[in-house]
Amino acid sequence: MGFKDYCLRKSLWVFHFGGASCNNCDIEILDCLTPRYDLERFGILLVGSIRHADVLLVNGSINRRDKDRLLELYHQAPKPLLVVAIGACGCTGGIFAEGITFAGPVDKIIPVDAYIPGCPPKPEAIIAGIVKLAGKK
Amino acid sequence: MAVYLLWFFIFPGLLFMAVAGAFLSWFDRKITARVQFRKGPPLLQPFYDFFKLLLVKETIMPKSGSGFVFLLAPLLAVFGATMAGLFILLPLFNIETGFRGDIIVIFYLLTLPSFSYIIGSLASGNPLAAVGASREMKLIISYELTFLLIMAAVIMKSGQKFDLDSIIAAQQSGTPFIGSISGVLLFIAGVFCIQAKLALVPFDMPEAEAELASGIYIEYSGPPYAMIKLAKYIMLFILPAFLVALLMNGMNPGINIVWLILKILGVVLLLTLIRNTNPRVKIKQAARFFLVWMNLLVVIAIVLIALGL
Repeated sequence: MGFKDYCLRKSLWVFHFGGASCNNCDIEILDCLTPRYDLERFGILLVGSIRHADVLLVNGSINRRDKDRLLELYHQAPKPLLVVAIGACGCTGGIFAEGITFAGPVDKIIPVDAYIPGCPPKPEAIIAGIVKLAGKK
Repeated sequence: MAVYLLWFFIFPGLLFMAVAGAFLSWFDRKITARVQFRKGPPLLQPFYDFFKLLLVKETIMPKSGSGFVFLLAPLLAVFGATMAGLFILLPLFNIETGFRGDIIVIFYLLTLPSFSYIIGSLASGNPLAAVGASREMKLIISYELTFLLIMAAVIMKSGQKFDLDSIIAAQQSGTPFIGSISGVLLFIAGVFCIQAKLALVPFDMPEAEAELASGIYIEYSGPPYAMIKLAKYIMLFILPAFLVALLMNGMNPGINIVWLILKILGVVLLLTLIRNTNPRVKIKQAARFFLVWMNLLVVIAIVLIALGL
């Protein structure tokens, strides 16, 4: 692992994209930044602009309208970009998988680097996923 | 010539200021974390952030707008911060430099980073960046008068000395200016001016993360954003150093460098605590805060100085 890679892994800035989510995953993601879990000790920050992001967190079922937004965000982001699908809806579609407006799970639209399943996943699961992502080669 | 280059690039210059500023940025984040009962980032976090942006990420140019100005602005910000830092730090470390009136030059150079952020964000052609730029402009208009008045008061207190070297010398032969009532008033106004200059939380409307999505920096990615981070690190170091030079005695020779470090850390700690215990104000409130209350405070201080207090 070179110096560049090391710096990237030590400072992952996260942009959060919520699809048609039921808000449970959003709350669990915000939980990770609270004093109890504190992801900032790994250098992880939540950023406001996709131009600063290293990680794109996607949760919620992606419907037809979200699909365009998600693709646009993916193309706007500076590469290298890691994509994480969070929750059952993000990973597979969950209970919405056969819905009429469902446009496919995240990995049908953009390449995904890590999946964190659960409905919603616990903050511990999200942290475990992020740590695995940071250690991934 | 060689010694000037050394000054600019290595010792009180770019490298030293960047390292010191990065450390102070870590200090700021760590204190923030401790205030919120969190653990906080590791010591080298600012370096990881900077090198990640500089070496790993790609630069995305905005589709509309002027690419040349967009890329030039961060460099201009780093240049302005470094030059201002040189004029501040050389007298602070007791190296005999400067000229009559260099405090005015410092004043103008310190506004250069803010102005280049405005230029860069307007060149990006992003509407949110334009809103951020207009807010930054209003903020500059609000705090600059207060900042100038503070410097005028310090000049008056030091007995019409117009260069930083003699101001520090006047304090070292007498008492530090903060040891009087007028000095304390000036210090309070100065801390708030620095807060606004650094765009820290009560006055962070230009980059308001929640509503403007980083505002003036929204289009920057990769190396240009790394340059902006560098300029911010440097500003976080030199503005407290400037306040220490103006009001708190600078550095006596010898072991007193420890005192200098403690003074700068103390000012940064104060800034961090203000930033962690206040909500963001509206631009109108910020303008009124500076144009009415802070100016009033500094004018009272000037009257007190005229009375010899």
